[in-house]
Amino acid sequence: MILRHPVLYIILAFAAIMVWLPLHGNNVSLREDLILVAIAVILASNLNLMIGYTGYVNFGHIVFYGLGGYIGLYLAAEKGWNLVLAALLAGVGVSLFALVLGLGILRLRGAYFALATIGILVAVQSFVANFDPWGRSTGLYVSFDAYEKLGGARHALWVTYFLVIAVMALSMILSLGIKMSKFGLGLFAIREDEGAAVVLGVNTTVYKAIIYSVSAFLPAVAGALMFYKNGMIDPSIAFEFMLSLEGIVMLMLGGKGTVIGAALGGGLYEKLRSYLLTSPKLSNFHLVIAGGLLLVVVLFAPGGLIGWLYKAVPRSRKVLE
Amino acid sequence: MSGIFASMIDGLLIGAVYGLAAMGLSLIWGVMDVINLTHGATIALGMFGMYILFSAFPVNAYLLLIPIIAAGLLLGLLIYWISVHWVIDRPQLASLLSTFAVNMMIIGIGTAIWSTSPYNVNFTLPGITVGAYTFTGNHMAAASAAVIIALALELFLYRTRMGKAIRAVADNREAAELMGVSSTMVLALAFAIGISLAASSGALVSTLFPFTILSGASYQMKSFVVTVLAGLGRPFGALVAGVLLGLLEGAVTPFIAVSWIPLIEFGLFVVVLVLFPRGIFGRATA
Repeated sequence: MILRHPVLYIILAFAAIMVWLPLHGNNVSLREDLILVAIAVILASNLNLMIGYTGYVNFGHIVFYGLGGYIGLYLAAEKGWNLVLAALLAGVGVSLFALVLGLGILRLRGAYFALATIGILVAVQSFVANFDPWGRSTGLYVSFDAYEKLGGARHALWVTYFLVIAVMALSMILSLGIKMSKFGLGLFAIREDEGAAVVLGVNTTVYKAIIYSVSAFLPAVAGALMFYKNGMIDPSIAFEFMLSLEGIVMLMLGGKGTVIGAALGGGLYEKLRSYLLTSPKLSNFHLVIAGGLLLVVVLFAPGGLIGWLYKAVPRSRKVLE
Repeated sequence: MSGIFASMIDGLLIGAVYGLAAMGLSLIWGVMDVINLTHGATIALGMFGMYILFSAFPVNAYLLLIPIIAAGLLLGLLIYWISVHWVIDRPQLASLLSTFAVNMMIIGIGTAIWSTSPYNVNFTLPGITVGAYTFTGNHMAAASAAVIIALALELFLYRTRMGKAIRAVADNREAAELMGVSSTMVLALAFAIGISLAASSGALVSTLFPFTILSGASYQMKSFVVTVLAGLGRPFGALVAGVLLGLLEGAVTPFIAVSWIPLIEFGLFVVVLVLFPRGIFGRATA
């Protein structure tokens, strides 16, 4: 079923291009740009599972990324674990945390849930900033020889890049798979009318907790890879509220609820942001522009870019998910 | 022992200011079911408003509250028109995101103007000394101002025709419209009052602590905690809950590092949200 879906091949082609572009001519600075694009796509795609599919706004999605980074870095750098194993364990650990947390806070509906996610972000951040094994507010560092296991620092950067691209492709395939499944249909029912979904026999509590937990897995893995690559982590960069919010902007820009839209929004926004941040005149105004963009999308084009495409070319609805 | 006591009194006084901020959030939430995410940015604007006014007119800082309240009302109307008016009948997600977008823009502009370095309002009222402890005049004046503004709002809501209209719209917008209440005007006014309360609480905070353009965020968080503790009832309940939160902060500060306080507050916040949803989901009733 999913094998016949055109979007699957779009995803694979996209990932292949992302791999090929920097390899061609060994372009290191392009690679560093593209890894940020990939991270943005990962965050937006997984956030989409909550906001776009289930209709629950998660303002604290970055908690998963940051916690994954901490667990991954702790295991890989301090305990000397294999990076892939450490990243996977970070994903599993954070998913379990999200599952337990989700069973509690997902009893809240709508905006109350959104507020609770802000509370969780602040609580987790202040816990980590006081947690001794994770270096409190100074955070953790990767010593240079930890990269030896991946064939030296230069090689390690390429390895982490390919792994992040793989996580990006998996994020998009996961979104597609859920969208095509019965489980996804249940989520859409919750989004449209939670009361009616209950009446129709959707076990909403379990569905919501599962999707919350699933949306935590790949961001946590990506966090482990990314912070390992960067060589350091501290509470303020791991749990950056702004990045959490920019994830929402990306998703709304591309079109919430669609696989391609989340990726498109993530990629475009990241490009825009790096352009604004490096432009000497506009760097101070990147928040203003991002805010203005979000406002325009929310007020005038709630379907985002993909929603606009659906309207302009109705046939695209059948091909693009 | 008297150390805790002094710290709790300080907490109580600051708590009144938290309560004032939360009243603004609670009023908007209760009347139009919009969670105003420009709250924190407005609090920060109140702080800088006080800073600018006090630099220009170095009189008693608490007198400057009056122009700040007026400016807050105008700003509130503007924000209502930009971000809420168009999405008031859409699902809550829309207003959550649109007010958030305006928040980003305010913070962005503020950062461009004032950067994120700390400012302070250099104004001190004489304090009262009891034994080894001094209660600063600013704390007492700020708390009194907060209580006076809260009382004025209470009188407005329960003793005037316009206040009655606001409560009617909060109860049932359709029914109120059928009775001839112009709901757009009422919603805009309630939003403006909410923003003005946030700005004035920011102005009060600026006379107590140094602040940056980002400071509003932590007071916004506290307002959420307070609003959830109080439920969406009478805004006066928010003032009481604010004082309770201040007392709690005052009571724990002597024992643990300040960096743990957010964890306690937001742990409490999430627990209250989850354990007492009935108290929270109860609609505003007058």
